[in-house]
Amino acid sequence: MTTYPSANGVSRRALLAGTAAALIWTTVSRARTVTGKLPWEANAGEPPQLVHPGPWVFFSPEEGASIEAIVDRLIPPDAQFAGGKDAGCAVFIDTQLAGPYGSSEGLYMRPPFLAPTPQQGDQNPNTPAQQYQRGLAALDAYVKKAFVGKTFRELTEEQQDTLLKGLETGRVQIDGVNGSVFFALVLKDTKEGFFSDPVYGGNRDMVSWRMIGFPGARYDYSDWISRHNERYPLPPVSIGGRVDWTRKG
Amino acid sequence: MARKLPAKDVVIIGLGWTGSILAKELTDAGLQVVAVERGPWRDTATDFSTAYVQDELRYRIRHDLFLRPAQDTLTFRNNARQTALPMRSFSSFMLGNGVGGAGIHWNAESFRFLESDFVLRSHLTERYGAKMIPENMTIQDWGITYADLEPYYTKFECMAGTSGTAGNIKGTKQPGGNPFEGPRSAPYPTPAQAQPYGPALWAKAAKELGYSPFPQPSGNLSQAYTNTYGIEMGPCTYCGFCEWFGCGNYSKSSPQVCILPALVRSQNFVVQTNCEVTRVNLDNTGKKATGVTYVDASGEEWEQPADIVLVCAFMMFNVRMLLNSGIGKAYDPVTNDGVVGRNFSYQTWSTVTGLFDNQNFNPFVSSGAIGYCIDDFNGDNFDHSKLGFFGGGYLGANMTNGRPLQASARVPKGTPNWGAAWKKAVADNYLSSYEFNQHGSCYSYRTNHLDLDPTYKDRFGRPLMRMNFDFDQNELRMAGYLTDRMAEIVQKMGAREIQKYPRTGPYNVSQYQTSHTCGGAVMGTDPKTSVVNKYLQSWDVPNVFVVGASAFPQNAGYNPTGTVGALAYWAADAIRTQYIRNPGPLVPV
Repeated sequence: MTTYPSANGVSRRALLAGTAAALIWTTVSRARTVTGKLPWEANAGEPPQLVHPGPWVFFSPEEGASIEAIVDRLIPPDAQFAGGKDAGCAVFIDTQLAGPYGSSEGLYMRPPFLAPTPQQGDQNPNTPAQQYQRGLAALDAYVKKAFVGKTFRELTEEQQDTLLKGLETGRVQIDGVNGSVFFALVLKDTKEGFFSDPVYGGNRDMVSWRMIGFPGARYDYSDWISRHNERYPLPPVSIGGRVDWTRKG
Repeated sequence: MARKLPAKDVVIIGLGWTGSILAKELTDAGLQVVAVERGPWRDTATDFSTAYVQDELRYRIRHDLFLRPAQDTLTFRNNARQTALPMRSFSSFMLGNGVGGAGIHWNAESFRFLESDFVLRSHLTERYGAKMIPENMTIQDWGITYADLEPYYTKFECMAGTSGTAGNIKGTKQPGGNPFEGPRSAPYPTPAQAQPYGPALWAKAAKELGYSPFPQPSGNLSQAYTNTYGIEMGPCTYCGFCEWFGCGNYSKSSPQVCILPALVRSQNFVVQTNCEVTRVNLDNTGKKATGVTYVDASGEEWEQPADIVLVCAFMMFNVRMLLNSGIGKAYDPVTNDGVVGRNFSYQTWSTVTGLFDNQNFNPFVSSGAIGYCIDDFNGDNFDHSKLGFFGGGYLGANMTNGRPLQASARVPKGTPNWGAAWKKAVADNYLSSYEFNQHGSCYSYRTNHLDLDPTYKDRFGRPLMRMNFDFDQNELRMAGYLTDRMAEIVQKMGAREIQKYPRTGPYNVSQYQTSHTCGGAVMGTDPKTSVVNKYLQSWDVPNVFVVGASAFPQNAGYNPTGTVGALAYWAADAIRTQYIRNPGPLVPV
């Protein structure tokens, strides 16, 4: 069990952050006067909160099942390394959508929202959470119609790949939603879940880091800077540590 | 109605690099200084824990340290025929927020500009003739020379602890350094960083092609160092989480590490954080500033009177502060009249990716300002008479990290974006690929400028800054030329596959391409073509100084921070030794 000092500041921050937020964004932005000495207080930092597997916090069970099927085609499992589903990419997306990312917190969301040139960047008035809800509903309706009552996860892998490819290229049109924009969003989030630190719920067991040879959240390579063209010997480590560092059971 | 605070000698808007340098120099001179910073207080011990600061999602992807667009952003269009739209999230460049500013999250590439960069128009005119300079190119001399600024570059480096190999000390060329650099009065305060495999292999190839590779001057320190303010810095550990991140090792030059511990001890200094200055106040003549008005986090408005106002925000917000305060005449590209917002420039950054067989670069072993560079194609170090463009940049093997989300883009051409083939390509190429960069200059043009947006407002109802910008053919030709030269070096290294990514137009706001926006409140010798004089003092309101990359008349082929820091020391010295004794214009109008 992690034991935090029960300082008031810590519990207040935890309260502000809410239970579902993957990151503590709620920086307490009181004006502050600094003079005479550097301010310091114990536990002033804001470490990320570990995402524990459990029930979906954003998706409905049906949405969660579809996303798990999608991420497993975007990053398929192979003999050595898990795919998107077992790597926790859907869990990552679920918690991210329930947090500040999902609600576009901190972004400039004032109107008017006008159609941009290709150079002017995203002008979508919908938050990622809204885009997922609408995108998944439209995809579900499309599949039910095109495959007589089936859901995405009930399709064969080939059918799933063809459908995803169709969304990506715009060949498949889903009702009321730009399919290629939605596809790009899901692909971006899936890769973020696959490669980010496991504390956020994806990259389970540091699967992507083991796959590519990234040693993770280490902070000192002074002993390796001059060792050229030699494989770095240590296995990856997460901000949350390693499974074999904690007691079993 | 704003509540009025007791007067100070100096009020500083923004406590990043320039604000911290000026605050330190002026409190040391005995002045009472208050800094007003719109973001939070941050410090190494409390905010950059080595237990969890190495977090690509939080800092690189979710922008934890940066300005939130909801707080402030800008609008953008390529040209006057378009309607500018807001940057709803930041991609092309990243704006700092809070104490330390961009000095927290920078790479710490600590360059000096070339001697010819400071006298660009006269230099090109002399060498190629005035007719060779395109009519729409509004490049100009800075009003100071490299020799003027040299002592202040040295001052900045000795504060920052910069690691490097000198190439020219007092006119004598030094082995292993940059043979093109201007004469330095002293070597770097610390030796160059150790180099990983990729840069070492690249430097060997560059040398074989006849070029002169030198280690990139780095604010990631090669060894422990005690700086000019008596602050101890630690050696860099090559963690690979430098730029976009705060340093947990006290080894990256930053206001937090190099200045603030000494500055806050001064009884003459106070900083108000999470307080945003909304305008500089002028008296009824319009020629004298009386202080600033700011809004604290609870929405309460305060007036801070002061004898001297130092505008030290990021360059974008320096320009907007002037426009919102009515200091200087706004630039109009149609009539070519006015100066505030004129000569906005950026950086023309291109890359080459090399994929190799049987090489292991361990890309995660790196620092923010690692690697070797060559200056053979920077500035006017090479003959431009037959090239069809002016300018250049350094070429470098300076890959800063092996962070997986970024690195997973380095796959062979034709690899699908997802699926089994993508997964295998990422696994196969992560350790054996390398991204090289061409850090090109960006000159100034009549139509590239900053003004106030007519539609979009910030949270206080002030108009957003509007960025009117596109790359000129001059810059795009230069980018293509530099990219071809880089590809030749990567070929010499023995790459299996070379991918060339020269900067192309139109300028696209959703592609990251350095945070080196410049100009808009440029320095010079003529009030008709500059906002501030050579001491960064407003021509119009002499007790206002505007410090930062906003003063660059155009951008050189280098990272700007070394020059920004030198300008801050240069301005501080002018205030200390001239202005305090005799307040008023330091250069007669």
